[in-house]
Amino acid sequence: MKAPKNLPTRQSDFATAPTLVTFEKISKTYDGHTHVVKNLDLEIRRGEFLTLLGPSGSGKTTCLMMLAGFEVPTSGEIWHGEVPLSRKPPHERGIGMVFQNYALFPHMSIAENIAFPLEVRGLGRAAIAEKVKRALDMVRLPQIADRRPNQLSGGQQQRVALARALVFEPELVLMDEPLGALDKQLREHMQYEIRSLHMSLGLTVVYVTHDQTEALTMSDRIAVFAGGRIRQLADPRALYEEPADGLVATFVGESNRFDGTIVSRDGDTAVIATRGGTRLEAFAVDIGATGPAAVIVRPENVRIGAAVDGLRDVITGRVVDVVYHGDHLQVHIAAEGLDVVAKQPTRDAEAPTVGSEIRFGFLSRHARAYDPARTDH
Amino acid sequence: MSHNSMPLTTSERLSGRLLAAVAVATAIFLVAPILAIVPLAFSDGEFLVYPIRGYSLKWMEAFFSSEKWAMAVKNSFFIGSLSAALATVLGTMAAIGLSRTDFLGKNVLTGFVLSPLVVPIVIYAVGLYFFFAPLGLTQSYTGIVLAHAALGAPFVVVTVSASLSGFDHNLMRAAASLGASPLLAFRRVMLPLVLPGVVTGALFAFAASFDEVVTVLFLAAPEQRTIPREMFSGLRESLSPIIAAASAVMIVIAVLLLAAVELLKRRAQRMRATA
Repeated sequence: MKAPKNLPTRQSDFATAPTLVTFEKISKTYDGHTHVVKNLDLEIRRGEFLTLLGPSGSGKTTCLMMLAGFEVPTSGEIWHGEVPLSRKPPHERGIGMVFQNYALFPHMSIAENIAFPLEVRGLGRAAIAEKVKRALDMVRLPQIADRRPNQLSGGQQQRVALARALVFEPELVLMDEPLGALDKQLREHMQYEIRSLHMSLGLTVVYVTHDQTEALTMSDRIAVFAGGRIRQLADPRALYEEPADGLVATFVGESNRFDGTIVSRDGDTAVIATRGGTRLEAFAVDIGATGPAAVIVRPENVRIGAAVDGLRDVITGRVVDVVYHGDHLQVHIAAEGLDVVAKQPTRDAEAPTVGSEIRFGFLSRHARAYDPARTDH
Repeated sequence: MSHNSMPLTTSERLSGRLLAAVAVATAIFLVAPILAIVPLAFSDGEFLVYPIRGYSLKWMEAFFSSEKWAMAVKNSFFIGSLSAALATVLGTMAAIGLSRTDFLGKNVLTGFVLSPLVVPIVIYAVGLYFFFAPLGLTQSYTGIVLAHAALGAPFVVVTVSASLSGFDHNLMRAAASLGASPLLAFRRVMLPLVLPGVVTGALFAFAASFDEVVTVLFLAAPEQRTIPREMFSGLRESLSPIIAAASAVMIVIAVLLLAAVELLKRRAQRMRATA
């Protein structure tokens, strides 16, 4: 493998990294009127780990397939550096790809699988043997060269698929839900491995997933897809803490939602009257001066018990359930006809009694008011 | 291997026996006519008739020493191999094309490709005769090979399609992403995995040509006569037991072909189980 070049290693550095791939007004339709991808612009920066996140049918996989060359855009152009990709067949693009079902060749040994891209490129036998060995070492499977794919576990197969996609040293690697078929523990382990390969090899990775936790933990930047458009493109922290619209706010991470009407609006601050009759002060994200609004609050930002003292808005509800999660407690509160969830770190929370009355609230900057029309796909 | 170790009820046992009886009767119905000809090959009489009074190998000897029959055997294998090869190439390509995702007219095209299986062969042969005559393809090996290739291709389409139905098309995408051109990906990835289907189809195509007589009747000159064609004229002209000898030889070849197909099927199942 190539030694990492002088590449940015922290997400903040990517703001200035050069662009590697550009999607320019890309649209894709199969039947002429329903658009899978609509007039989409996207810049992928050199060396970044970019995740395309969204529900199924949101267009994220179609975008990945268009970049790989397995789908053709109906209009628009994808640029790889200065090269337009529309007339370039997949096998000439030099882009590595990892598939969800691994797609290892069942009639070839592991070594033959990894040697395949090198043979295709006409490398000599000695060079191939050397690179195959190094690739197997890289994914920490040095002993399995002579086995067949069906003799390996799912996690091992996916590591071989990674080795095969990286052995010819592509600068850009696409991953289509590569960990979707693995169990939770293995998935978390592989997330870490992919992430460290990305950093040590200086790869540019475009990663497709519908798992928002995976997206948050692995990515430098995340593009949230819905209905064939990118709803927000941001680094994980900005995406989680400052979602641009109600859809992103509810799709990424857990959330409580209070529907209501705007009472007043003053700059970034709005007062919303909820359906239950409470007035909440909230940060106005994409709402106007009047009309309906959806206030969205993360469970970990809901304060309960003594922590509500000094809060501007306090709501009274009843404890319905307390669920122990080890590191935190989830308190389910019935209030205003809603199920409100509050997450409390176990170490500093006394478990409230089920059935008891409870007061809860949140800081107004943790309550974000969205246009309810833009919370759906 | 017993999947079901539950004790059977009386009615289940009864219906099981009935099923076995029907199966045996059907097998006899199918195989008996074929076997009926075999003893006649070893008759020492002069005519193709039962009862057999004495046994000898003279008709077998006559078959293997006759120049006419040797020519027929050679023609059968020559035409069979060439037409099977052609049918295999065309049929495999058609099966791959038809295995792609849906396209307009796919069903019509599939029916068209498989039509030689259902069109009455006499009509096909007459049509071929009028089609080939102005092209100078009647009374030629080329004409017969083309005719038989068209008859054999549907078998290849069917067997290769069956192999492709279990084929993961992501493998072709993976091969492309690794830098393999479509042709190379086909040769290194798809072909090895569907090979059992391809070879089975080739054997069926060979068998289809090997026992075909109608198009040969219309298209063959005397020097292109195949075994079935020679048997056909033998039946009209002499009715000698040499026809039975020829039949016996053809049955042996057919059994060998079937055994080969069965072996391939097992191999394919093993590959599928490990894939």
